[in-house]
Amino acid sequence: MDAMAWQLLIEGAWTTLWISGVAIAFGVVIGLVIAFIRMMKIPVVDQILVVYISLARATPLVTLVLFLFLSLPTLGINMDKTLAAIVALTLNTSAFNAEIWRNAFRNFPREQREAAESVGMRRWTYFRCIMLPQMWIESLPALVNEMSFLIKGSPAIAVIGVVDLTRVTNRISSDTYEPLSPILAAGLLYVVIIGLLLKLQSMAERKAKRLAR
Amino acid sequence: MNQWGIIWAARESFFNGLLATLELFIIAAVVGLAIGIFLCYVMEYQQRLVDRMIIGFVSLMRAVPFLILAYLLYYGLPEVGISMEAWTAGLLALIIYHGAYFFEILRSQRRLFSAGYIEAAVSQGFSRYKIFKRIVLPNIFSSALPLLGNQLIICLKDTAFLCIITVQEITAAANGVQSTYFIPFNAFIVAIALYWGISILLELMIKRLSHYGAKRGMTHA
Repeated sequence: MDAMAWQLLIEGAWTTLWISGVAIAFGVVIGLVIAFIRMMKIPVVDQILVVYISLARATPLVTLVLFLFLSLPTLGINMDKTLAAIVALTLNTSAFNAEIWRNAFRNFPREQREAAESVGMRRWTYFRCIMLPQMWIESLPALVNEMSFLIKGSPAIAVIGVVDLTRVTNRISSDTYEPLSPILAAGLLYVVIIGLLLKLQSMAERKAKRLAR
Repeated sequence: MNQWGIIWAARESFFNGLLATLELFIIAAVVGLAIGIFLCYVMEYQQRLVDRMIIGFVSLMRAVPFLILAYLLYYGLPEVGISMEAWTAGLLALIIYHGAYFFEILRSQRRLFSAGYIEAAVSQGFSRYKIFKRIVLPNIFSSALPLLGNQLIICLKDTAFLCIITVQEITAAANGVQSTYFIPFNAFIVAIALYWGISILLELMIKRLSHYGAKRGMTHA
């Protein structure tokens, strides 16, 4: 392995990181919105969301990525492979995040709402200023855990030709005919990325524990 | 021009894919669980060096994607003279990777397990093996059931990665059908429905098992 190979690996790592990063950012917000809608218990909409969550949790990312990339053009929607990868990862992680947020909604103590109402606070203000900050701290460890799962699942996007950190090893070894070292190097980069996330998770856990209720 | 008709005509390749996925999944789940339980038993002896090695290995597995391990076994190892078929490499990767996760789940429950039970058993003259088999394992297993169920579903989903290293399972079957007949939408809908069906069955099975555990009085452990 030479400097060129390392440069390719770093580029692959960057692709993995930014595609996962975009999916994570959308996924956390969409998950919150889904959990919010589910708490309102609107008939039909609620059932549709339940089916979506169950389906998204059972579908392997590889299958989902292939499905989106290959079948949407037949329905007249054309996506380039990067967009298809982001959409697939977002659809997947949103479902898991929705469950995490819903758990936080359900475990939220009632008394705070009563206190907020008794001082005449509006519902939106109450949600934004009181509920959301506490739910965020409470859910962060689980959300970060889901982020590391997403990154571990992200090699699935290689199947449609996105050159991510896993796929780039094929590209290097097709030049050098020595696949072992690029694969080990890619593994090392994953260990660094996911190790950082696990560290973040334990920091978030400590912070969540301090949140006394 | 009936697309579902074509899917029906290609039912055999889906069926073979389903069988392959189930075979990979069941072998990996059973052997992986056995490895997880075995490592958990080894940890009971509290040999510092051995424990450190196990935990180091498991932490490593938790920090890499499954596909990298599969790549390592299938593309990487031939360089040092160990060649395997895609099927064997894939199955081995599933077993090693998920064995580590199953162990991690059992260990997290083992740490929560009350020491009083074990003291009581020791004072009754149980051997270490008997304590593990009769007291520790049934309790941590049933309290870990929901987590194990989640992990089983992740294991099922990870079998789909193996189509990248050319194992012929459900996703590969769907991909083959769509590239032959150009009906990607229907082909992948069938694949997703199959995965969905299997994971619903798995969830039902886990629910049954936890009812059984509760009946045996192992919910408080």
